Amino acid sequence: MTNGLDLEFSFNEALKSFGVPSEVAHIIWLPFPMIIVLVAAVVGVLVTVWLERKISAAAQQRIGPEYAGALGVLQPIADGLKLLVKEDIIPEKADSILFTAGPILVLVPVILSWLIVPFGQNLLISNVGVGIFLWIALSSIQPIGLLMSGYASNNKYSLLGGLRAAAQSISYEIPLALSVLAIVMMTNSLSTVDIVNQQSGAGILSWNIWRQPIGFVIFWICALAECERLPFDLPEAEEELVAGYQTEYAGMKFALFYLGSYINLILSALLVSVLYLGGWGFPIPVETISRVLNIPIETSLIQVITATLGIVMTILKAYLLVFIAILLRWTTPRVRIDQLLDLGWKFLLPISLANLLLTAGLKLALPRFFGG
Amino acid sequence: MSIAVTTQLICFSILSLIIIIGSLGVVLLESIVYSAFLLGGVFMSVAGLYLLLNASFVAAAQVLVYVGAINVLILFAIMLVNKKEDLKPIKYLNSRKLISSTICITLLSLLIKVDLSNTWIIADPKLSIGEESTIRLGEHLFSDYLLPFEVASVLLLMAMIGAIVLARRDVLSEDISTGLPVDQELIEKSDKPLLIEKK
Repeated sequence: MTNGLDLEFSFNEALKSFGVPSEVAHIIWLPFPMIIVLVAAVVGVLVTVWLERKISAAAQQRIGPEYAGALGVLQPIADGLKLLVKEDIIPEKADSILFTAGPILVLVPVILSWLIVPFGQNLLISNVGVGIFLWIALSSIQPIGLLMSGYASNNKYSLLGGLRAAAQSISYEIPLALSVLAIVMMTNSLSTVDIVNQQSGAGILSWNIWRQPIGFVIFWICALAECERLPFDLPEAEEELVAGYQTEYAGMKFALFYLGSYINLILSALLVSVLYLGGWGFPIPVETISRVLNIPIETSLIQVITATLGIVMTILKAYLLVFIAILLRWTTPRVRIDQLLDLGWKFLLPISLANLLLTAGLKLALPRFFGG
Repeated sequence: MSIAVTTQLICFSILSLIIIIGSLGVVLLESIVYSAFLLGGVFMSVAGLYLLLNASFVAAAQVLVYVGAINVLILFAIMLVNKKEDLKPIKYLNSRKLISSTICITLLSLLIKVDLSNTWIIADPKLSIGEESTIRLGEHLFSDYLLPFEVASVLLLMAMIGAIVLARRDVLSEDISTGLPVDQELIEKSDKPLLIEKK
């Protein structure tokens, strides 16, 4: 496995050649990946909102947005601007401190989790050792923000929505974590980079989806439930709860919730592609292609092409999953709260435990295929 | 002083400040909801301290268990039983406060005394195992700490079964608090009328 591009290293080397000490160079480097990922996340949200509008329109035999820009691509920006200039209202009887802190607590952990999403061997903010575990831990903070905003709104629908959201994300976190655990067991590492590298041996054939089909389905269901997407959007079920914990929110505070839920959707899609669909890997390994074409893989041009291909592949896989999520949202009915909890606790949890056990057994029996 | 050390010092001071002020808030604030949310903040800052100590796995576990599970459960309990009722004034409240604060301050001074009188051995930061600590933790849990680990899980199982028995009243023949026979059906009990009485 080659190391691929290491932009940080080259950047630091370049600064060092100007006589900047390495510590200072590191500090100058730090904001770049963060800003790039933040911008990427927001642009990703804009694209997803546009897709959502267009696909929902197609599913309902409408045309959807078409006047703002070509095919309505500027519509999400118009939406965002509208929310930006709206009056920021805090209800009189609401608890203004918690009311303001709630949306922030929902958004910040989601954005922090982008820390571990790899777009290439060295194309991630930080290859932390605890990797995927960090994401699970961070996503468990979110219910506190939901409870906070539900409570602070001083509205019965908000409180019920907040409670439902928290109950939902707690109960789906466990099967989610267990299906991740099966992957971690096969990889012998929590790091997302290692998880992708472990799947890169034989291109599409070595992707985890073939070795963990049950885990893949469980993970995808739980990820949808964590994102509160239909068919699991009970916390904001319009017919029952107006809009759940978001009912009293307007303007930019509402936009934070909106942004948070879409960033979370893209993040989940990216993580599904990292965990199960080979991350940045091309269906045919790049090494094989370069061997067939007889080009040494160390050439800098090939390195750049590989890195670009990696980013494109990651985003392509993620958006394929986002597309499926959107299609599911506009074609499936909502489950009831008791069905939701039954599915989580009585079906997904035992199955994910069995999947873990099966993975452990297969790992012992066939160490070549299931990571010795 | 290098930049890394300075950053560490700043982070440490901010985190400890949050922990001290936050935990004082947890104890002293009148509103129980604020206390619960502040408790979450304190747990997060403790996780931050673990991160500063290079124990990233413990930090993540702290967030997952304490913030994501325990604190959320506390909040759940508070919000589900958030009745607005006037509590009876407690007798001798001021003297009670005085006694408890004296005990707390005495304990704190004892701890400070221990801290100051002891000479602490500071480990060489170069010997820190850093990211490898996850593996080391796993090895310990499945070798020399296996028995406590398994006993803890049995304890949790017992607590869970107990909670289920308490929550499902139909397991017991009579209600623990009232002594009346228990039923899950809609049978009118003397203390709980099904229909709201007209005033």
